[in-house]
Amino acid sequence: MTVETPERAGINVPDREGLYASMFRMRRFEERAYELFLQNHIHGTMHLGLGQEAVAAGVAAALRPDDYSLGTYRGHNHIIARGAPLDRVMAELFGRATGLCKGKGGSMHLTSVDHGAYGSYAIVGAHLPIACGIAWSSKVRGTDQVTVCFFGDGATNIGAFHEALNLAVVWRLPVVFVCENNLYMEFTPIGSVTAVVHPAGDRAPAYSLPSVVVDGNDVEAVYGATAPAVAAARAGEGPALLEMLTYRYSGHSRTDPGAYRPAGELDQWKERDPIAAFRRRLTETRADMDRLERMEADVEREVAEAVESSLNAPQPDPDDLLTDVFASNETRWRT
Amino acid sequence: MPEVTYLEAVRDGMREEMRRDESVYILGEDVGVYGGAFKVTAGFQEEFGESRVIDTPLSESAIVGAAIGSALLGQRPIAEMQFADFIACAFDQIVNMAAKLHYRNGMAVPMVIRGPSGAGTHGGPFHSQSPEGWFAHTPGLKVVVPSTPYDAKGLMKAAVRDDDPVIYFEHKFLYRRIKSEVPEEDYTVPIGKADVKRSGEDMSILTYGAMVHQSLTAAEQLAGEGVDMEVVDLRTILPLDRTAILDSVKKTGKALVVTEDTLSYGVGAEVAAIISQDAFEYLDGPVTRVAAPDTPVPYAPPLEDAFLPNAEKIAAAARQLAAY
Repeated sequence: MTVETPERAGINVPDREGLYASMFRMRRFEERAYELFLQNHIHGTMHLGLGQEAVAAGVAAALRPDDYSLGTYRGHNHIIARGAPLDRVMAELFGRATGLCKGKGGSMHLTSVDHGAYGSYAIVGAHLPIACGIAWSSKVRGTDQVTVCFFGDGATNIGAFHEALNLAVVWRLPVVFVCENNLYMEFTPIGSVTAVVHPAGDRAPAYSLPSVVVDGNDVEAVYGATAPAVAAARAGEGPALLEMLTYRYSGHSRTDPGAYRPAGELDQWKERDPIAAFRRRLTETRADMDRLERMEADVEREVAEAVESSLNAPQPDPDDLLTDVFASNETRWRT
Repeated sequence: MPEVTYLEAVRDGMREEMRRDESVYILGEDVGVYGGAFKVTAGFQEEFGESRVIDTPLSESAIVGAAIGSALLGQRPIAEMQFADFIACAFDQIVNMAAKLHYRNGMAVPMVIRGPSGAGTHGGPFHSQSPEGWFAHTPGLKVVVPSTPYDAKGLMKAAVRDDDPVIYFEHKFLYRRIKSEVPEEDYTVPIGKADVKRSGEDMSILTYGAMVHQSLTAAEQLAGEGVDMEVVDLRTILPLDRTAILDSVKKTGKALVVTEDTLSYGVGAEVAAIISQDAFEYLDGPVTRVAAPDTPVPYAPPLEDAFLPNAEKIAAAARQLAAY
């Protein structure tokens, strides 16, 4: 098992400033969302992907707009990376009628079919078989669309993970499994309950599934590993698995301070912050910093507008409780 | 009209839908080359090819999950659970994924999950259960339980054409034991509509599945004793045909609810509650349930016979209720 780096991958990233802006957009969205949570505008709980932005950004950059993706309950990054409008994402966090799920899902259920984002899944691992079905559909319809399935390290000990990996290989599906290994399942280190070092990458060979372990904090490495996997899937060469090594800055959920983490671990990872590191690299390699700063300003404006519009968005109508139970939009349980 | 068995009716329903609509496909364990453990899909792979009749690994989560994913993109899968009992392995995919995708995300899941359920074949605890109650409690699903060849074919066609996830429990005891005329022309049996299988004035039996036949036998016995029984076949468990249940009970004033499933917290309890609440003024006796006891399904024939409701047990309960 080797860790891919941009140098090893030898792949040119098409739009480096754009890749940076994609990560910056996720970061600023979540930072604002967290503040708004503390102000009681967002209810329930929230699972932040702060620190993991390079994975979603690098993977999404390797996809076409008509490709499919499925995300997790820590899924703000996954859906924002696909281009979902921030105002509708934020409105869903607020539980407003204008949210992506009309307020019926919340943070853990974000979906934007218009952007190929076929749901966020808050039952760990359950969406891997569904990703197989979506990929099967592409194959049957004769399109070359690829499906990407994001999941966390914790999902690798669930049966659905193993059933899906086997099926993907047996059916030679155009699916790329992307594990975000942030070292912790919820409140317990993945390593303390898992028989192998790389919870996803080490399992893949058992299914003859090509896999690679990637520096998930290096957005160019993520892109560099994803692009060939997506290209192979698109060409009919079958599935792949990518294990992205990364770290979440927050605890598991909003109320978790993450006290179980060893002293200094968080600071060490923050020194490798994917956004700051990539910005430094862009400066050193003489990227178009004027363009980059304009993009940052655009993101700040978009986030501010998303917050403003969500604060003013209508609450759901209580009568809407009964709609959408069935696709035929029946509102009653019994005829 | 040709006479077909219950099993042939299930098969014909699927085959006609697959001929009608290319987006319909079947996946499951041993459904392809072997033609299914009960031979329900015999000949299908020859007719429709390997990409529409797919042999899967023994992976119920993957079978149902893959079916869901393809349904999201407009295919219409029929996923077979080899025995209805095995559906437990796919429980999360059904109750958390398929049932809630439309409500939480607005994505329709047009799919059928079918499984042979029920006892009477000495299958023992893991090959004899009636799991409809597990799913009837889950908003977002539809659950159908045909009792005759006509209903089996018509409900299969309706299930395939429905835009929501439909759980289709076919009773394996009936597979080759009952046979009746089924139209050759295209028809469907609407989901959510009960059917009066025997009309009567003195007492209503509300039932479904294999118990329809036991109830009809019991009704014949009671007819000889001067009690005119009506047998209402619910056909769909979710959504329940509340109107048909209430109409019948308001007419007869007495309600006997019969299920093969175990007594407590089941479909019978829901039907009884509807009657008690909304037909209270019409009742001339207590709403009475006949069901299997709250035990697993045993293997040994004397034990299984003791477990299963049958015409004698139904008739005994009917006599008690008739005495009011």
